[in-house]
Amino acid sequence: MRTQCNPSRFVSNRMQKVPPSGIRKFFDMASDSEDVISLGVGEPDYVTPWHIREACIHSIEHGETSYTSNYGLMELREEISRTYTKRHNVYYDPTNEILVTTGVSEALDLAIRAIVNPGDEIIVVQPSYVAYVPSIIFAGGVPVTIGAKGENDFRITAEEIEAAITDKTKAVIINYPNNPTGATMDRDELEAIADVIVEHDIMMISDDVYERLTYKGKHTCFSALEGMRDRTIMLNGFSKAYAMTGFRMAYAMAAPEIINSMMLIHQYSMLCAPITAQVGAIEALRNGEEEVGKMVREYDRRRKLIVGGLNDIGLDCFNPGGAFYAFPSIKSTGLTSDEFAERLLNEQNVVTIPGDIFGETGAGFLRCAYAASREDIKEAIDRIGTFVDGL
Amino acid sequence: MDEQTRNILEILEEDARIVPEEIAALTGMTVEEVSRKIEYLEKAKIIRKYKTIVDWELAGENYVYAIIELKVQLERKLGYQAIAERLYKFPEVRSVRLLSGEHDISITVRGNSMKQVAFFVAEKIATLDQVQSTATHFVLKTYKENGLILDEPDQVKRLAVSP
Ligand SMILES: Cc1ncc(COP(=O)(O)O)c(C=O)c1O
Repeated sequence: MRTQCNPSRFVSNRMQKVPPSGIRKFFDMASDSEDVISLGVGEPDYVTPWHIREACIHSIEHGETSYTSNYGLMELREEISRTYTKRHNVYYDPTNEILVTTGVSEALDLAIRAIVNPGDEIIVVQPSYVAYVPSIIFAGGVPVTIGAKGENDFRITAEEIEAAITDKTKAVIINYPNNPTGATMDRDELEAIADVIVEHDIMMISDDVYERLTYKGKHTCFSALEGMRDRTIMLNGFSKAYAMTGFRMAYAMAAPEIINSMMLIHQYSMLCAPITAQVGAIEALRNGEEEVGKMVREYDRRRKLIVGGLNDIGLDCFNPGGAFYAFPSIKSTGLTSDEFAERLLNEQNVVTIPGDIFGETGAGFLRCAYAASREDIKEAIDRIGTFVDGL
Repeated sequence: MDEQTRNILEILEEDARIVPEEIAALTGMTVEEVSRKIEYLEKAKIIRKYKTIVDWELAGENYVYAIIELKVQLERKLGYQAIAERLYKFPEVRSVRLLSGEHDISITVRGNSMKQVAFFVAEKIATLDQVQSTATHFVLKTYKENGLILDEPDQVKRLAVSP
């Protein structure tokens, strides 16, 4: 008889270094309970606007089912280029500076793999989206996490970034409007960061997937800042703004050299993004403004509802300028984020996500997604109030 | 129109029964500001009326609706307004619209039976001096009314937790 196989022996050392996802536990717990109200969801509660879905159906009916260019449909790249010129006055050449990807998730992975040599450090501003650190590890890089602070409403400063830079630093990853905090940055704060980026001759990876969900002022595009275009890998997508999460549609924009190396990986691992989704993305950029406006105005109402509600029940919550997350402090209760979230789910059937899953400085905070109906938000606030009163 | 006015109108258009306290929570305005604004919008007739969309069929009342397209002959000096006024005074007539294209006016009539609606059109509408011809279309099923989809299937469920 042949000897038994021990599959775990074959798992690479690199993979064994990746910590398990902290969100997983809450997913399993939530799936087990009934009558759950979830503020734990990081995606819009809207379905994709009908005109976008309809454009996809039409294209399938007409037999658009082939591969596309590795870069994505030219028509889509041209729309993306126009959008950035119009919105931010920064030009990207559709022929070699834009790459259409399957979600910002893929774009992020490509961006990191395209620039990281073994041992290179990438600074991750936390609290952050959970994919950044693992993506760096997968690429053989070294994640260096720094924490934006609660007292600063989770805005990072140029000094805090500078303090983490070493001679191995290759790039910084920022994400504003931010998941999980909802924080946004002002132009002058980003200008100061741009100075640091240039001074130390490193790159910026800017994940702008929540750009359109900005409620206060106007979103500043990092690559539109003077001298930053070629130092930035700009990531953006359709998931949040157009409620298209399942379409897996996004894009990266950068200097031709960077886009080219990202394209090399993409060409062999993905070949191209799905054509149907690309057709939907074209329709979204051409005719989606009105629906985006409607959704943004409703998110804004919910934002006011949830932030007001959380503050009223005694959970201190700053006013987030973007995305669809409120990030209240639960320090006054004396519980840890994990205890609070777990007990809230068990005792009141409300799902929230502990803030420290997204980084150390998120400890004592809770991510409450308000991409949920007003009824659910009100009911959730009532239940959280009952829970806090009972402590 | 300023942003907050539009905001209030959008909220009310979707839910006429929402109270000022709740609108205040959704807009960041004070309750007094909201009430004052609504009072103004009502006075200015920008808010015309608060109505309820009733599913009469579900309530067991089998109303019959018909859309009737009219061609009309305009009288001297009197424009479409005069004929519209004659039409909209009938309570059976639920809506009156002036159209471009082949027909001039479209009205919606509600009655208790097809016979009743047909007779109403024959006796009261077709006989009006200005009306040259009528084309009656009975409504067989209403799928969407006033922006509300009536038989919408349940939405697909999202995951309860996602990053
Ligand atoms: C900050 C951030 N970046 C990227 C993503 C992934 O987006 P996509 O659906 O485009 O892969 C998410 C999704 O939650 C996110 O919150």
